[in-house]
Amino acid sequence: MMGVKRRAFLVGSAALMGGGLFAVYWGDNSARKRAVELTAKGKDGSFLGWMKIGEDDIVTVYSPHIDFGQGSQTALAQMLADELDADWSKVKVEHAPADPAFANSALGRGFISDMVGYPGVAAAMPASFISMMARSMNLQTTGGSSAVRFTGQHGMRVVGAAARAALVAEAADRLKVPATELTTLDSRVIHAKSNKSLRYGELAQAAAGRSLNSNAKLKDRKEFRYIGQGVQRLDIPAKVDGSAIYGIDFTLPDMRVATIMMAPVRDGKLTSVDPAPAMAVNGVEKVIKLDDAVVVIAKGYWQATKGLQALAPKFTDGGHGNLSTASIFAAQDKLNATGAKLTAPAGGKVLTGDYKAPFLHQAMMEPFALTAHHKDGRLDIWGGLQDPLAARMMAAESAGLDAGDVMFHPMIMGGGFGRRFPPYSQIIDQIAKIAMQVPYPVKLIWSREEELKHGAYRPQVAAGLQAGLGSNKRMTGWTSDYAQFDDAGAEATVPYTIPNFEARHHEYISNQVNAYWRSVNASQHGFFNESFVDELAHEAGEDPYQFRRNHLKAGSRQLLVLDTVAQRSGWGKPLPEGHALGIAMVESFGTIVAEVVEASVNEDGTPKIHKAWAVVDCGTTVNPLNAAAQIEGGIIMGLSAAIGEQINIDKGVVVESNFSDYPILKLADAPDVDVHFIESGAKMGGIGEPGLPPAAPALANALFALTGKRIRQLPILNQVKA
Amino acid sequence: MPIETTVNGKAVSINAEPDTPLLWALREDLGLTGTKFGCGIAACGACSVHVDGEITRSCSVPVSEVAGKSVTTIEGLSAPDGTLHKVQQAWIDAQVPQCGYCQSGQIMAAVALIKATGTPSAAQVDEAMTNICRCGTYPRIRKAILAATGQAATAVEGAA
Repeated sequence: MMGVKRRAFLVGSAALMGGGLFAVYWGDNSARKRAVELTAKGKDGSFLGWMKIGEDDIVTVYSPHIDFGQGSQTALAQMLADELDADWSKVKVEHAPADPAFANSALGRGFISDMVGYPGVAAAMPASFISMMARSMNLQTTGGSSAVRFTGQHGMRVVGAAARAALVAEAADRLKVPATELTTLDSRVIHAKSNKSLRYGELAQAAAGRSLNSNAKLKDRKEFRYIGQGVQRLDIPAKVDGSAIYGIDFTLPDMRVATIMMAPVRDGKLTSVDPAPAMAVNGVEKVIKLDDAVVVIAKGYWQATKGLQALAPKFTDGGHGNLSTASIFAAQDKLNATGAKLTAPAGGKVLTGDYKAPFLHQAMMEPFALTAHHKDGRLDIWGGLQDPLAARMMAAESAGLDAGDVMFHPMIMGGGFGRRFPPYSQIIDQIAKIAMQVPYPVKLIWSREEELKHGAYRPQVAAGLQAGLGSNKRMTGWTSDYAQFDDAGAEATVPYTIPNFEARHHEYISNQVNAYWRSVNASQHGFFNESFVDELAHEAGEDPYQFRRNHLKAGSRQLLVLDTVAQRSGWGKPLPEGHALGIAMVESFGTIVAEVVEASVNEDGTPKIHKAWAVVDCGTTVNPLNAAAQIEGGIIMGLSAAIGEQINIDKGVVVESNFSDYPILKLADAPDVDVHFIESGAKMGGIGEPGLPPAAPALANALFALTGKRIRQLPILNQVKA
Repeated sequence: MPIETTVNGKAVSINAEPDTPLLWALREDLGLTGTKFGCGIAACGACSVHVDGEITRSCSVPVSEVAGKSVTTIEGLSAPDGTLHKVQQAWIDAQVPQCGYCQSGQIMAAVALIKATGTPSAAQVDEAMTNICRCGTYPRIRKAILAATGQAATAVEGAA
């Protein structure tokens, strides 16, 4: 029973510290049952450890979510500390280890099918708190803007409240007073009547041994002390002095460094390579042939790179040598054309618009890098991925080891945006196979070129939109035929009231890995839909903001969000010569976001953005300071992609190679963003992703207002050049 | 032949081949991993350091070129007693970093800019700050630079 061992370890270390440990052990019967159904070798023992309190009063929160910049770890700690009534200055947060005891391997394997279906993971989260905890702790998935709204709401707060109740009960016994006479504040249990108090640190060990109540009362909104406060992020100090250690920074004694060249055409195989030219390079120690790649191992990255560049490997094209961006769009257009045509409403008309979005790369700043060491039958791997447990399972499979003999040590990530989900992270298989062939620790680093050319892209999508417009200037129907690998589901919908709305998915599969990019399908479909709504507004001769208003219910959250962004941006007021505003609203991950972009056109025909406004209703913000950062970042990433990002394929090979031809928006072109939250108190939505989707259509709509040129294909580049 | 240079105020001898980019000598030979690898072609600025006070993208400078010169990395920015450089402190106050990977380079670029201009204008900030941040922290970088040069309060908008 691995869980028991883990418990022994944690309790042991807590005992050494003289403190107490709240490892909350609520088994998850339904999930376990399902795991057994899905896998032959179901193991018992799925336990969860969330938090401990040391004798020194230090509260350590174990986050099952990995940090790649989203700041959710601080928010999770705020939620737990609030319910616990902890002293915030003594709260710290650590990654939960991808430890065989933290993670029931059978359960993890069983849920891999769900993980592949991300964001199905988030969407299909069972309501019950116990299932939720099991899934987040066991899978350790980070994505779907799920950390705060699921793990935080259903896990961290509950654990904090349960632990607080146990501390109070322990204090009541020691002080021999009724628990009802006790209050808690700043990590102390206080008995006001006798003017006595006890520190959490002195109560913790005994309190942790008490039975914990998973139904302990949670605070009302008005009682929150930390939730809703813009506290400083706990991870930031180490990110300004160079001391934060990312996966690519990890080092072991005697470690070698490897780099890789993969088959230029995806699914191609390595047919031959003469290792001699690489071996002649000073510092190169080994050339390894993988099925579809060649790897050079050297003393350092530079020597490995020189060795790799000296090689002339031959690869097959896997039968995909004819694939191109144009051939994919042509195939998708053909599929979309099979969709039934909409008939015009009496006295009205039907509008159509064909929209296209390219493959996009996440272009996270830290290229793929994992370190591994195989020694004494055990494989250890260090690095940053969005699901450490799944990474461990995959590495075990590639290495031919039992999962129990593989350890994955999660580290912070230099960005992820969907790229670092294990099923799409080829580097896991590569490092496992490389490590099994060498006696020393080895770090595999992908060059930026390999990363851009072998990415797991946001899918290339073509969509054919049709909408009926009645003589009363109201939309009478809407169909969207879109071709891509997966069904975009709710992310292909609009927040407006439209009768007969239908989004029809046409499955299109190429050899490219279609993955997830910040906001998943909401970015492409948000662009298509919100641009097309703008087309309809102009066709109806109405102001684009008013036209949207007219399709929203009075008193709805959506209407308030839209009205607020119009008001804050001064919609309708005079602007400087050559400037215009564009508006768009997209609801994704349970959060409603409306944005306005003020733009003009540069001399070369590219857009210039002057300012952006965002109004957000995610129910409740846990940390408004960081939530605003997520919205700002989402808008800027959305604008960057809209203006210039694209991954093209020619003769099966990705054309773009580095930031030189995959341009990321820079500071001079990034607008200041006015972010405003509406604290509606509605069910909590996500914050990492929903800021992104409205950015592209808001910009494109501003450019239409300026130039009369409708952007129907991204990126915008200089399409509006006069 | 080892390359003799000064890094963060200390004389060091680097045993790397002369054509090794300064970035990899710093990271792998000296263990200074605060300077990051982003692109290898001087396009992103994650590897920015100071060489004799000049902002330099270390992925594209051979280590042999810094022989006899003085290199400063993010690890060498704070005072010997650990007090953060005012730009680092401004980065914390404005809560700039998200993933944080590019921020060493951003901070080195900002320090060089402020050293060169004193109180940089908005246009000078735009011109000098060409490092890529994928998380989109640019608005806060702008605020932090202004705050560090006494041009604005450190408060971050958006928490309204």
